[in-house]
Amino acid sequence: MSAQISRADVARVARLARLNLSDADLDRYTEQLAGVLEHFSDIDSLDLGGVEPFTQPYPLVNVLRADVEAPTLDRAEVLAEAPAAEQDRFRVPPILGLEQ
Amino acid sequence: MPRTAVDIAAGVRSGSLRAADLVEDYLARIAARESDVHAFNLVTDDSARARAAEIDRRVAAGDDPGPLAGVVIALKDNLCTRGVPTTCSSRILEGWRPPYDATVVERLAAAGAVVIGKTNLDEFAMGSSTENSAFGPTRNPHDLSRVPGGSSGGSAAAVAADFATVSLGSDTGGSIRQPAALCGVVGVKPTYGAVSRFGLVAFASSLDQIGPFTHTVDDSALLLEVIGGHDPRDSTSIPKPAMSLRSELGRGVEGLRIGRITDLPEGADPDVLARLDAAFDALAARGAVIVDVTVPAFTYGLTAYYLVAPAEASSNLARYDGVRYGMRVEAADTNAMYSATRAAGFGDEVKRRIMIGTYALSAGYYDAYYGKALKIRRLIANDFDAAYQKADVLLTPASPTVAFPFGAKGDNPLAMYLCDTYTIPTNLAGHPAMSVPFGTGDAGLPVGVQILAPTLGEPVMFRVAAALETAAIASTGAPTGTGSGT
Repeated sequence: MSAQISRADVARVARLARLNLSDADLDRYTEQLAGVLEHFSDIDSLDLGGVEPFTQPYPLVNVLRADVEAPTLDRAEVLAEAPAAEQDRFRVPPILGLEQ
Repeated sequence: MPRTAVDIAAGVRSGSLRAADLVEDYLARIAARESDVHAFNLVTDDSARARAAEIDRRVAAGDDPGPLAGVVIALKDNLCTRGVPTTCSSRILEGWRPPYDATVVERLAAAGAVVIGKTNLDEFAMGSSTENSAFGPTRNPHDLSRVPGGSSGGSAAAVAADFATVSLGSDTGGSIRQPAALCGVVGVKPTYGAVSRFGLVAFASSLDQIGPFTHTVDDSALLLEVIGGHDPRDSTSIPKPAMSLRSELGRGVEGLRIGRITDLPEGADPDVLARLDAAFDALAARGAVIVDVTVPAFTYGLTAYYLVAPAEASSNLARYDGVRYGMRVEAADTNAMYSATRAAGFGDEVKRRIMIGTYALSAGYYDAYYGKALKIRRLIANDFDAAYQKADVLLTPASPTVAFPFGAKGDNPLAMYLCDTYTIPTNLAGHPAMSVPFGTGDAGLPVGVQILAPTLGEPVMFRVAAALETAAIASTGAPTGTGSGT
């Protein structure tokens, strides 16, 4: 599992994470991530067969609130913090068709 | 002027102290030293003055403002404050004013506290030195050439420099306990779910907890009694009232079993280990029993943490996309806008962790990394459970070293990650732990001893903390948590 991470892997991960990285960034992150992943190889030899994953520090199930109306955030206050808003909505650039 | 929350609240409630005078006192110290320390991203002087005047009016009218009446508090700048900028020390949130208060902020207000400002942190709480802030580092009030620790370095420094009576931080892998140790103040990471996370900007949701920085153990107990307890707005909040802690402090440690972890990972400096030994001796002298325990999986904590925390962060930080809040870099379509905004808005360490987390969660690697890390969390929790059959609490260093100089960790992320070796397993298990100042090490800098306890073990943890504090005062003649305040 501690396979070397390649520059192409790092570029793919950056795309998944929606981060524009420069060539210099890609070089640096490739080297740094390889070092970090190398350190993670300390768990390679652990026998984890039969070990239940730990997903919650304090197990609680079906945490629900009563199904009653309650005040929500003030729309004007929320939209005032948006980079762009129009007609009581968040305004964004086109979603389709322009990606290279 | 008194320096503790307990004394200040008593004075303000009785009318012998005026909240307005206290605020001026703190603002004067901030004016004198903040340009050196840079504990704050924002000092809310006007609202603090208005709030103090309101507290004084209520006391004059025969009203009781609450158990924190007039107590001046600084908030880590990842705690949402309605209408007051909350940046997480990131360009991507610069200028953002949340439309709501965090639950802890509401509870502090209801208890009569006075917020004096928002403190600096490593961007999105990712770091151990507060060097990763987009707005410049915080300096350690004990030695301005050294870091205050992190990520809650501003909150730790604010208390150490007497810029606030107390402060709140957040602890995902040690971000309260390590800076508390390096700044010589008390810092507590509560049991996961004991304090509501509603309004804490999420870093790693299964690890994050809010907790106090104070000069004294009693003040931390008081703060937790105010901010703790169930909150329906946090679905991971434990459905129980806040624990009673102040009543535990005088009970002593006679007969308590204090665990020494014999297979603790190496790496702590000799000056730090000497103080840990002294802490065991002090507790034994007060009637505690020192027992040897092992926590074999402790050593895998670092790897498990640096998979789990970045994985959760990569998911949590997906929300910073330039649509609803914070900065936006305009581009021709949404995908280009997201990628340009995030590249411009996030700093280096945040990008690195998003990359690690995205990689660990990506197709083909999930089982090898994230899945494995979750199983190691189980091993750590199991090993702690076994240790707590033999011991009531465990003692370790809070930090492997005293405060280190700026730039000491260079551009090597792993060197910085190793700062959290002793604090991380607590978060992975969801347990409480705290750092208590216990003398000094190299260069006369503060050393913190960490007390670890099982889930909801805060009462016994605070008993031990109170005993260590008493021992520290007895051996040095100085109160613990004495900062280098002017």
